[in-house]
Amino acid sequence: MAFENNVDIDHPIHDVRTEAIKNFEEKGFPSKKDEAWKYTSLNSLRNTDFSIFPKEANALEYKDVKKYFLHEIDTYKIVFIDGIYSSFLSETTHDGVDICLMSSALTKPMYKQVMDVYFNKAASKDESLTSLNTAFSREGAYIYIPKNKMPKKPVEIIHFATGNEASLLLQPRNLIIAEENAELQVIERHQSLTANEVLTNSVTEIFAAKNAIVDYYKVQNDSSKASLIDNTYIQQKDTSVVKVHTFSFGGKLTRNNLNFYQNGQHIDSTMKGVTILGEKQHVDHHTLVHHIEPNCESHQDYKGIYGENATGVFNGKIVVDKIAQKTNAFQQNNNILVSDKATINTKPQLEIFADDVKCSHGCTIGQLDEDALFYLQSRGIPQKEARALMMYAFANNVLESVRIPELKTRINKLIAKKLGVNLGFDL
Amino acid sequence: MAYTEEELKKELETKEYEYGFYTDIESDTFPVGLNEDIVVAISKKKSEPKWMTDWRLEAFRHWQAMEEPEWANVTYAKPDFQAISYYSAPNSKPKYESLDEVDPELLDTFKKLGISLDEQKKLAGVAVDIVMDSVSVATTFKKTLAEKGIIFCSISEAIKEHPELVKKYIGSVVPQKDNFYAALNSAVFSDGSFCYIPKGVRCPMELSTYFRINQAGTGQFERTLVIADEGSYVSYLEGCTAPSRDENQLHAAVVELIALDDAEIKYSTVQNWFPGDKEGKGGVFNFVTKRGICEKNAKISWTQVETGSAVTWKYPSCILKGDNAIGEFYSIAVTNNYQQADTGTKMVHLGKNTRSTIISKGISAGKSQNSYRGLVQVNSRAENARNFSQCDSLLMGNACGAHTFPYIEVKNKTAQIEHEATTSKIGEDQIFYCNQRGIDTEKAIALIVNGFSKEVLNKLPMEFAVEAQKLLEISLEGSVG
Repeated sequence: MAFENNVDIDHPIHDVRTEAIKNFEEKGFPSKKDEAWKYTSLNSLRNTDFSIFPKEANALEYKDVKKYFLHEIDTYKIVFIDGIYSSFLSETTHDGVDICLMSSALTKPMYKQVMDVYFNKAASKDESLTSLNTAFSREGAYIYIPKNKMPKKPVEIIHFATGNEASLLLQPRNLIIAEENAELQVIERHQSLTANEVLTNSVTEIFAAKNAIVDYYKVQNDSSKASLIDNTYIQQKDTSVVKVHTFSFGGKLTRNNLNFYQNGQHIDSTMKGVTILGEKQHVDHHTLVHHIEPNCESHQDYKGIYGENATGVFNGKIVVDKIAQKTNAFQQNNNILVSDKATINTKPQLEIFADDVKCSHGCTIGQLDEDALFYLQSRGIPQKEARALMMYAFANNVLESVRIPELKTRINKLIAKKLGVNLGFDL
Repeated sequence: MAYTEEELKKELETKEYEYGFYTDIESDTFPVGLNEDIVVAISKKKSEPKWMTDWRLEAFRHWQAMEEPEWANVTYAKPDFQAISYYSAPNSKPKYESLDEVDPELLDTFKKLGISLDEQKKLAGVAVDIVMDSVSVATTFKKTLAEKGIIFCSISEAIKEHPELVKKYIGSVVPQKDNFYAALNSAVFSDGSFCYIPKGVRCPMELSTYFRINQAGTGQFERTLVIADEGSYVSYLEGCTAPSRDENQLHAAVVELIALDDAEIKYSTVQNWFPGDKEGKGGVFNFVTKRGICEKNAKISWTQVETGSAVTWKYPSCILKGDNAIGEFYSIAVTNNYQQADTGTKMVHLGKNTRSTIISKGISAGKSQNSYRGLVQVNSRAENARNFSQCDSLLMGNACGAHTFPYIEVKNKTAQIEHEATTSKIGEDQIFYCNQRGIDTEKAIALIVNGFSKEVLNKLPMEFAVEAQKLLEISLEGSVG
């Protein structure tokens, strides 16, 4: 455990890590034999020899990476380069709210009380990759919004990989706590700037207390050599609202494990996603909503457009406990295949133990409506643009709930770019 | 068709002879346990040719290397395969001397289903007068069928009489090593039905195992093979609505359907095995492998009403191999008390312009668990494949569970797949509406459940539909509180 050389062995986190290593050693990497990984193989990643800790820190110039930031507006920034915090690119704060680093939260005594209550409390202790992260992660974002507070601007968490090593494994760990009535917006992005192989195994824990509102946006438009396994665990209390938007436009292999646990009443959980893939990209959205208490709602809406040799997976699971009466759970997954070699595997799953509930899921796989296409063409819109316009419309209702206008514009531009068209108006 | 008493007498004489063949087996029941000797002995008892014995042995060897699957959403104590006797001759001795000895609860159910007295006796295992409706019906049936060239007999008979057909098709849809229970069945199947419809023939009546005498006591490992040759049509009914108080704990049947070019098979099942008592003790495990293959322009339609069994584990599937093939699956699964059902279908689209429809209705009451598990797979060469799936679950009471596990795998861009599922309970306003029109709550529930399952009930042959409807009512009796 060399990485812990300069860590206090008596620290309570040490026990958590030891426990996690044990679990990982027992379970190992998930394989296709595991039901949850039936459609996503990690073989190609397992055969790569990743270096876990980069030897030297790289520096980046802001002007070189400016385009990866939401530079149109002012934001708090927590930036990591190869897993190491870059104070030069970041803008953190302790002004009423804590927007800082996991490493300091873990070591400084002033955070101990919070850490004891929250660290590793939402994350699964069973899941092997989460355990791997728990055991070896050393850095990430720490955001604590006290009661009735709201940070002045959104928070951006960006992980850059420059990777001088042939292949790099990053394990960021984020902890986000919104206390009662607090509100927070977070944008998370993983960006590889190297031609080398990068694998990110990220764990994010989000706690939303009573009446808290958290908006979390994941922008995934990474290089074709970068893979991401994202594990997000969200604990919600009474009347809190948490929305997670996932925009997957790139990366070699992306796996999003998104888990919501509703520990209270009148909770609203929303997860939405737009996935547009090409080449040999693979995206797997694996969602879980666990309705533990009565009178809660959950909404899921995932749209996917798959071209070339891309593979898309959607596995949505809704569990409604016996006492969780009056639950409303909706799940929607729509897909368009635009290439003969693209594949979509979807498994919307319901497990319901309460009788007074309204749960539904819908799932479609289809093509663009030929009549609508013809209509647009008959009005002078070239076929390519007409197609793009329709695909844009297809994905659009996911974008409607994005509450940062500049981000919406940015995503729209990304979609247009991904569809390879200029629609002549600023989407 | 005129059917004189004389003819009947003659028929019965030949029948006697047939049973004469069985009598000498009757005395011996095989020892418990399973090994190659038992498999060979079963085959020998049935005087099967060597190829069949070898086929069974091959299946047995595969089975030995297999492990019992655990992925289904059911929990039960695994049967001990070495504690089962794999062959017991059909018991021709009646269980009871008269109807008075039969469990009154059972008789009550019969009455509700509107089953005739004679049939009641037969189903309950009461000694019956030989001139019973179904006997004569069965024999009359056989004649009409023979005229058309339709073969409808037990599978052991078919192995002897039509080895070329059996050899060609058995295991072609469900191979010996397909799964644990299919392998077990292939090794030790005791009997079952065989049906062959020649080219271009439209079977004039619903073929049913219900009417057939030699079906009685086929035991726990049933094997059914239905072959519809080019351009033919058959509607096949399996099971019956009357509750079967079967002593066998484990039923592992295999059903194979083969629909050649332009053929159509409609296979309807009503299953009402003993579900165990109100505490969930006892009851039948129903682990069935059902699969059909559709050649060009062929159609297979599965309809099932599942109300019985302690544990049901069954996925009637269609392999849409030929172009323009059609697969359909209509299902109602009702679980009450401690019953568990994990059922659904697989639609594998291989040919061009193949279509499939899945309508599944699950109703859970009491402390039961009801799961839908389905797969829709569109292969990369299946252009213009079309699927529509709908899985609705109805929950009654807060101690039961409803689950859906739909798998959808698409590798072709021209595919059009729609899947929708809902889970809900019976609306209080619906019940109130019925109540205020003078319909009591129990009746109102029955009405609503019937409406909920109408789409599937409509697909059943007429006489079955009426009984199935009543069956639903009975299964859910007392589950409303």
